[in-house]
Amino acid sequence: MTQTTSFNLNGKPVRVTADPGRMLVWVLRHNLGLTGTKVGCGAGLCGACTVLVNDEPVFSCSTPLEEVAGKSVLTIEGLDKDGALHPVQRAFQEHSAFQCGYCTPGMILGAYALLKKKPRATRAEIIEHLEGNLCRCGAHVRIVAAVEAAGKEMGGVL
Amino acid sequence: MKRRDFLKATGATGLFILFRASALAAPQLVPTRPELYPADFNAYLRIGADGRVGCFVGKVEMGQGNMTSLAMLAAEELDVPLERVDMLMGDTDLCPWDGGTGGSLSIWQFGPVLRGAAAEARAVLMLMAGERLKVAPDRLEVKAGVVSVKGDPTRQVGYGELVQGRRIERHLADVKPKPVSAYTLVGRPAPRKDGLEKVTGRARFSADLALPGTLHACIVRPPAHGATLRSADTSAAERMPGVRVVRDGDLVAVLHEFPDLARQAAALVKASFAGAPMAQDDRTIYRHLAGKAGKVGVHEGDLQAGEARAATLVEAEYLNAYVAHAAIEPHAAVAQWKDGRMTVWAGVQAPFRVKAQVAEALKLPAQQVRIITPHIGGAFGGKAAGPQAVEAARLAMKAGAPVQVVWDRREEFFLDTFRPAAVVKIRSGLDPAGRITFWDCHVAGTSDREAEIGYDLPAKRFASTGDGGDIGTTSAGLHPFATGAWRAPAANTNVFARESHMDTLAAKAKVDPLAFRLRHLTDRRVIGVLEAAAEKFGWVGAVAPSGRGVGVACGSWRGTIVAAMAEVAVDRATGAVRVKRVVLAQDMGLVINPDGARQQMEGAITMGLGYALSEGLRFKDGRILDENFDSYRIPRFSWLPAIETVLVQRPDLQAQGGGEPPIVCMGAVLANAIHDAVGARVLELPMTPERVLAAMRS
Repeated sequence: MTQTTSFNLNGKPVRVTADPGRMLVWVLRHNLGLTGTKVGCGAGLCGACTVLVNDEPVFSCSTPLEEVAGKSVLTIEGLDKDGALHPVQRAFQEHSAFQCGYCTPGMILGAYALLKKKPRATRAEIIEHLEGNLCRCGAHVRIVAAVEAAGKEMGGVL
Repeated sequence: MKRRDFLKATGATGLFILFRASALAAPQLVPTRPELYPADFNAYLRIGADGRVGCFVGKVEMGQGNMTSLAMLAAEELDVPLERVDMLMGDTDLCPWDGGTGGSLSIWQFGPVLRGAAAEARAVLMLMAGERLKVAPDRLEVKAGVVSVKGDPTRQVGYGELVQGRRIERHLADVKPKPVSAYTLVGRPAPRKDGLEKVTGRARFSADLALPGTLHACIVRPPAHGATLRSADTSAAERMPGVRVVRDGDLVAVLHEFPDLARQAAALVKASFAGAPMAQDDRTIYRHLAGKAGKVGVHEGDLQAGEARAATLVEAEYLNAYVAHAAIEPHAAVAQWKDGRMTVWAGVQAPFRVKAQVAEALKLPAQQVRIITPHIGGAFGGKAAGPQAVEAARLAMKAGAPVQVVWDRREEFFLDTFRPAAVVKIRSGLDPAGRITFWDCHVAGTSDREAEIGYDLPAKRFASTGDGGDIGTTSAGLHPFATGAWRAPAANTNVFARESHMDTLAAKAKVDPLAFRLRHLTDRRVIGVLEAAAEKFGWVGAVAPSGRGVGVACGSWRGTIVAAMAEVAVDRATGAVRVKRVVLAQDMGLVINPDGARQQMEGAITMGLGYALSEGLRFKDGRILDENFDSYRIPRFSWLPAIETVLVQRPDLQAQGGGEPPIVCMGAVLANAIHDAVGARVLELPMTPERVLAAMRS
């Protein structure tokens, strides 16, 4: 059952020896110690576990490890560079676009994925894109504002 | 007040203070230092040699922002920059006792305690500085934690240098905190202190702790409420490599180095259960509840005379479903037995209460138990008790290794302490001039808390069954499973009923619903928030239903008053409701962090859309049929209305709570807006499209 899977994680190559059918979120959190990715529903229904695989947002609770073999995975830990926040993170912080912070890594990565493709995303596009990310605290209005602001700041450059 | 009485008042057996607040004009006053809190300011504040202030509080941060607002209080009194205050929260070894975080108490009840401690610390520091600089303290001033001689700033000494990280042994009695007029930090928007760690993913929640050798537990659960474990054949699970099974009485758990593999193995356990669940489902429950006799709380005036004077009688029953807390972070705990002490890291609202629970479960003296509260990923009353902490502690003790317990979403929906379902029956009458003559209200399923807001009711009676709105109530015989505090317990139920009923009366009287409320109000604070909301909303008076889809409601929680106005569009073909705009005005007395208060208001409006429109737990024969977010629908981005918040400025009044009050109007304001849109009165929460359609057709 156990085998070695190689992929790129936050810009660095990693090799994990584990059952390749295990869901990525558990491997990230418990084999690799990256706990920024959260588990909310375990069934791809809340978005807390969102990570990017080859720049596409996926629910890591429903993505088997084997699916990321040879691909690039980005988690929240890989977004800020050398202590400098990414504009999306900065916008979330400046807008207080979170309360408890549990859905925040998934929200930020979801927003990042959208803005990377479409920095000038409209409000309607932001809402549509983040529809699968749940926030129980109700920070939605600030999250939308933060993503809009980050898009403006990024101005199409990442 | 004796300690015992204080415990009773703060509900050490139930976290939230029970009191009837019908007289709202004066916000609740609390003693400066409720005596269970330590009197010594060193318990709360430690000044490091570098001048940084460590602030230790037993409150916990679960998203509501008290980490920031409490730091503001300490920084303000001490005259240090907010950035220089480091908060340490919810650690039962390091922090002073606290009764728990909930009931919007952090600022209202604990704020004065912290302010008092900081004010005394500052006065002592001034005394010490005066001795060091050889001047009288009244010739000194403080800026950013540096004390200097007025007019001679070269003679100065910093707090850090004065204290050098030591405990301050001196004390002063009767130190007055700063007057509000001298505030430079409190009352101005401040950025959250937890921002950086939350946007970088570095914020640690309970499930994020990784102690070497930790085993992850998956606990065998019954399929239905009322069922208890009879036997468990764990042999198949135990054949999986790396699996251990731990049994402690009725607690049977499958343990593994990885949580997902523990869960896979647990699926192989063949368990049998015994017991009879309560034969109720989400439809029959209302008759069951309504059939219980109520206890009369308030009875004033002559109800019969009021009814005799009435030209119009209005009677209605308002229902609301069980609602889940559904925080995105599941219940989680890590327990470690080491050197004769049990340490549990757990996301719980009341760490000191959980400490006692764990000690009792393990039969340990309390001093051998420590609870540490990491960040909490939302709670809303659902993490008031700490069953997962007890589970982890029991398993760790048996396993001889650190054990992590994290509930999955199905366990979250099964083990939640739901907001109780309720039936509120109101009978009332109007005289020919359109004034209320009597009000007879019976609340079944929860308490009648916040059933009144000070409307002029010549004769009134309030009765209720059950206090299911409070923490720790088992609701035996009343509810088929545990219920508990859910953001503003009982208030969402009672405000929905009262404010819906007021609109029906206003319509019968052919009066604009805002004007109808105002004609029955004398309380300046309630009138003030209604007027503030009306101004922001641009309320134009009209008799409902006007076809515009606008609604109003007002409510209170503790000493905070709120008024909401909303605009909705109803799809006449499907009954679907789209909330276009919500304005919320709030009078919470002195506002500590206006931005924090607005975050709570926006969040409450958004969260409130759920219990108003979609959230209602489905269950049958003790089984919870909603097990995840596919069938249990909570608000999403696409539901978002335009949200506008108004903070009524009342710095002359003591700061009140802000976490719960802004949610209490959401059921009623939307019910009233729906009625205004289509002329149909929906009497049951949640107001699903089917129910809106049914109301339109009836």
